[in-house]
Amino acid sequence: SNSSSENQTTHRIEKILVANRGEIACRVMRTAKRLGIRTVAVYSDADRDALHVKSADEAVRIGPPPARLSYLNASSIVEAAMRTGAQAIHPGYGFLSESADFAQICEDKGLTFIGPPASAIRDMGDKSASKRIMGAAGVPLVPGYHGKEQDIDLMKSEADNIGYPILIKPTHGGGGKGMRIVEGPNEFVESFLGAQREAAASFGINTILLEKYITQPRHIEVQIFGDKHGNVLHLYERDCSVQRRHQKIIEEAPAPNISNDFRSHLGQAAVSAAKAVGYHNAGTVEFIVDTVSGQFYFMEMNTRLQVEHPVTEMIVGQDLVEWQIRVASGEPLPMSQSQVPLSGHAFEARIYAENVLKGFLPATGVLHHYHPVPVSSTVRVETGVGQADTVSMHYDPMIAKLVVWGENRAAALVKLKDCLSKFQVAGLPTNIKFLQKLANHWAFENGIVETHFIERFKDDLFVSPSNSKSAKEAYDAARLGATLVAACVISREHSVLKDNPPGGNKSLSIWYSSPPFRVHHCAARTMELEWENEYDSSASNLFTLSITYKPDGNYLIKTGENWSHCMEVKAADLGNHDFRVETDAVSMDVSLAVYSKDQTKHIHIWHGSHHHHFRQKIGLELSDNDEVQHKPSFHTASHPQGTVVAPMAGLVVKLLVKDGTKVEEGQPILVLEAMKMEHVVKAPCAGCVHGLLVTAGQQVSDGSVLFSIKFRKMDLSNGEGVGAVK
Amino acid sequence: PELRVLRSQLTGHGRPHLRPSFPHHQGARPCLHACVCVFVHVCACVITERLCLWKVLSGGGAEAVKRNKSRNKLLPRERIDRLLDPGSSFLELSQLAGHELYEESLPSAGIVTGIGPVHGRLCMFVANDPTVKGGTYYPITVKKHLRAQEIAAKCKLPCIYLVDSGGAFLPKQADVFPDRDNFGRIFYNQAIMSAEGIPQIALVLGSCTAGGAYIPAMADESVMVKGNGTIFLAGPPLVKAATGEEVSAEDLGGATVHCKTSGVSDYFAQDELHGLALGRNIVKNLHMAGKEGLLSRLQIGNHEYKEPLYDVKELRSIAPTDLKQSFDIRSVIARIVDGSEFDEFKKLYGTTLVTGFARIFGQPVGIVGNNGILFNESALKGAHFIELCTQRNIPLVFLQNITGFMVGSRSEANGIAKSGAKMVMAVSCAKVPKVTIIVGGSFGAGNYAMCGRAYSPDFMFLWPNARISVMGGAQAAGVLAQIEKSNKKKQGIQWDKEEEERFKTKVVEAYEREGSSYYSTARLWDDGVIDPADTRTIIGLSISASMNRATEDTKYGVFRM
Repeated sequence: SNSSSENQTTHRIEKILVANRGEIACRVMRTAKRLGIRTVAVYSDADRDALHVKSADEAVRIGPPPARLSYLNASSIVEAAMRTGAQAIHPGYGFLSESADFAQICEDKGLTFIGPPASAIRDMGDKSASKRIMGAAGVPLVPGYHGKEQDIDLMKSEADNIGYPILIKPTHGGGGKGMRIVEGPNEFVESFLGAQREAAASFGINTILLEKYITQPRHIEVQIFGDKHGNVLHLYERDCSVQRRHQKIIEEAPAPNISNDFRSHLGQAAVSAAKAVGYHNAGTVEFIVDTVSGQFYFMEMNTRLQVEHPVTEMIVGQDLVEWQIRVASGEPLPMSQSQVPLSGHAFEARIYAENVLKGFLPATGVLHHYHPVPVSSTVRVETGVGQADTVSMHYDPMIAKLVVWGENRAAALVKLKDCLSKFQVAGLPTNIKFLQKLANHWAFENGIVETHFIERFKDDLFVSPSNSKSAKEAYDAARLGATLVAACVISREHSVLKDNPPGGNKSLSIWYSSPPFRVHHCAARTMELEWENEYDSSASNLFTLSITYKPDGNYLIKTGENWSHCMEVKAADLGNHDFRVETDAVSMDVSLAVYSKDQTKHIHIWHGSHHHHFRQKIGLELSDNDEVQHKPSFHTASHPQGTVVAPMAGLVVKLLVKDGTKVEEGQPILVLEAMKMEHVVKAPCAGCVHGLLVTAGQQVSDGSVLFSIKFRKMDLSNGEGVGAVK
Repeated sequence: PELRVLRSQLTGHGRPHLRPSFPHHQGARPCLHACVCVFVHVCACVITERLCLWKVLSGGGAEAVKRNKSRNKLLPRERIDRLLDPGSSFLELSQLAGHELYEESLPSAGIVTGIGPVHGRLCMFVANDPTVKGGTYYPITVKKHLRAQEIAAKCKLPCIYLVDSGGAFLPKQADVFPDRDNFGRIFYNQAIMSAEGIPQIALVLGSCTAGGAYIPAMADESVMVKGNGTIFLAGPPLVKAATGEEVSAEDLGGATVHCKTSGVSDYFAQDELHGLALGRNIVKNLHMAGKEGLLSRLQIGNHEYKEPLYDVKELRSIAPTDLKQSFDIRSVIARIVDGSEFDEFKKLYGTTLVTGFARIFGQPVGIVGNNGILFNESALKGAHFIELCTQRNIPLVFLQNITGFMVGSRSEANGIAKSGAKMVMAVSCAKVPKVTIIVGGSFGAGNYAMCGRAYSPDFMFLWPNARISVMGGAQAAGVLAQIEKSNKKKQGIQWDKEEEERFKTKVVEAYEREGSSYYSTARLWDDGVIDPADTRTIIGLSISASMNRATEDTKYGVFRM
């Protein structure tokens, strides 16, 4: 109506504070900018130079690095909004996004919280309360028994009603303790009693609940959207079944291998769920789907914009952040359910800084090289970092989200694989290779996904040292990589030398022409590259390459024992970090990243679908300590071995040990003052101080004997040897 | 066809890879009545084929090459490759010298010479081939060596001698030793070139016996490799015959002896690759050596520099309040030079003086800093280093924390005054910009040798904790009290103990007051007291201001030897 639109203009949002960091903060700001809305970033000390800070019109420091003191500090965020005059706060995901209290504070301070009402957050935040509400609204729940009555016969009959296999779970505690899967009615009693005993022992309370056990579950969630006028619609579903450590890594929309009928049932159930709590703004209703029975059940509702929202945006062609802002300022939803388009298929791959082989442990470090794939209308890269940024231990180690769209699932998957192989990150370990393996797996290609996918196919997805065939293939690929690295590094060296000869003397450029000139022979050099081999970390992974500069500008590169493996390579420097290499009449583009860290030069190469990481020692690991110098075997002085004489005439100021003390080599024995300076006299070797007769305050002359170090043979045989045995 | 066979053999064995210069001649023998152009090709072709160039390029034969490798030594061309800028060209000279000259074969006359760039600076390389007759000098070897020096002198190219030679080939001594253009001319050339400012650098990678010992000894700077490099006038067998002393080669003239004790060599290398890397470093630090002023002034423009790795503010806590406590001057250097990179000269010799090359805001500087009392060796090292800097037009930075030269009977007998005089002479005559910072004590003749006010440093600054006086207060009080006492004794007056103490206290107090940095700066004995944290900036600005003049050649007076 007219009156309501007038009302809206007074609530127009002109400046938004984004109470988040990383890619989602950048993502929200991008849409805000497009809509002409000014943005305010908040940051902790760790993020002073972060991309989201640079992307915002204004930025406010809110505290030290720990999230508890910064991004979770509601009062300083609200204060930042008041100081900068922002009318609305977008919470992103994580941090305060699902804090009902925070939503309430915003409301109290007259700030628009771009998200659902505090009441809906509260209702959905309580797992058992949300299930009750959903059950009452007719949303299907996993069949089970949650009653207080724990009589074994009753429990058995409940179990029979639900149907096997069944999950027995203590109501309290966690970590899988006391959980049991019962395959059939005969096993029930024994398992039930065992679970009770274990629960009592672990948590002190032995109440048990029963739930239908879903053997091959899929995680499918529905994007819903509501406005402040009571309208709710859904934007189809996403499949997020492929997970590791209960975190999603590849998501897609729409879910593969489901019927349109099933899709609309899911959507309707999600809309009913949202309506049951008076929801508005963006939300996600998660369902667990039993792939055996084809049933779906409500799991929980996430009252925020999800990490994986871009896959939905790609198939419906809408900007959900824009919807969020419009709905928050009171506008009605821009379309009705029947108008929501569904076009093509989208994937999202989450690129994390993590150690895949060490159980997906988060990794930290500097992004020495960061070249994501170029974006287009069908490829999106959501990132909150840039080259040279640090992935710190304080926050989530996600580097970027790669989102691709295709006409159908197969087309989108082709694009996903291509983009993954070209997504260049160097400086810290990432999961890109693992994502590539996932995307290339036959089961994934066929859309056969479920939450146990990684566990089920772990033999295919993780490298196994016993697999000699793949180890050999990996070695051959790495050798090719090393060969190409040598050619590219030398070719780059020449293009740099030609333009900038060392010392800046351009008149010398003829000395740096390619190939380098030699009289009657060809110049050659060697290069050593150490390969990080994930198949066999114990074996020597050093490639020694001999490179001969051929007169035609090509390189003859030899590796292996007796230089048995020989290859002629032509390399053209395309600028930046790209090269065109040709071997055996096959040419291809490769990319290189070179950086130095900890006295080591790191060289990464992306060739074909491979990415190899090589290391090179910088300089020589040497020290010119006295230890490594040659010690003369003769004694020039007239004193016996171990005798220490005064290096100059002076005053004995202090004695640091007593005569007869056992000392280590280099241990200070006494302090001499001469020429207005203190000189510390040290033990020349390990042993016992002998004949230390000087006293503090005594004057000694140049060259006079101070003490000697006696090396007792007993010490060697008895002293330390026996001590070590004890 | 012969060439093709050879090539395939070579490819498999990592030998020098022969360039197939004229592939169109491979099938047929060249005809003599061809055009001139072809004739030239033919000659080359004949040379390539008949003279078995690969044999020349692979040195003294498989056995000798293997023996050389077992000693962790590279072949001369490999050594040169590692010294040259990566991917740069090398103009080798007279590859076929010595061909069919003597009954025995002498590939490349047993010495590889040629020109190539190091850190963008063209150098002449002269590398003995130890696989050819132990690197000894045949007459033709001498001739090739001298020709390389002649070219270097003409083109003003720094010379890098890769020494690994048994000296003159004794059976032919009559053709090697006595005449003008014989062995001795090598050292004559070194001296003349050094005088002209053409840097002479020796890398001792193997033995360096008798006359050969003078190659590193006459060089401006030299490197020695532990274990392989030896320098002596007579080897262990001759020593035993002459004096009966039994001594190993390493104890007699190894790297430790010469880098630590004798000072014959300047840089200690752990192994050959380290030695070659040090050689590259020396060339990097040559700066304007042997170049005309104007040309090189234009090349200074090195505006890119790295900040020190350590916080310059930490100098405030390094500044010693108790001057008796010594501290490593390198901790100061590390906080004022670019990237904390310091190429230390003669690190193991005369260790109470620290000398070395670095850059400050991109400007090359030579740093002289105190790490204790000046001994004979330290003073000689200082004089040597200052000479290097003046020859190369490198500004000098003195970091003073000096209580003086060593005193005492042993020291005097060793001629400490003479050694000190050498350093004072070098400091006085040095015409390069000089900046002095007093970071601790500045006492006695130490103040002179370290470029005190009387030595006209372009700029001189003091840290607040600095103290300047002719000697320490306590020492002065002792001396003055003794004189007073003997004067009174002559007059027959007895000086009581209490009065003597009062006299001494007065002297100490006066020295205390007059020695302070504020007393000094109030009287303009310096150009200011500075916050230690500003040291780097102030040195940078001072040097930049002192560079605003034409370079001037340094001429020294008579050095008392």
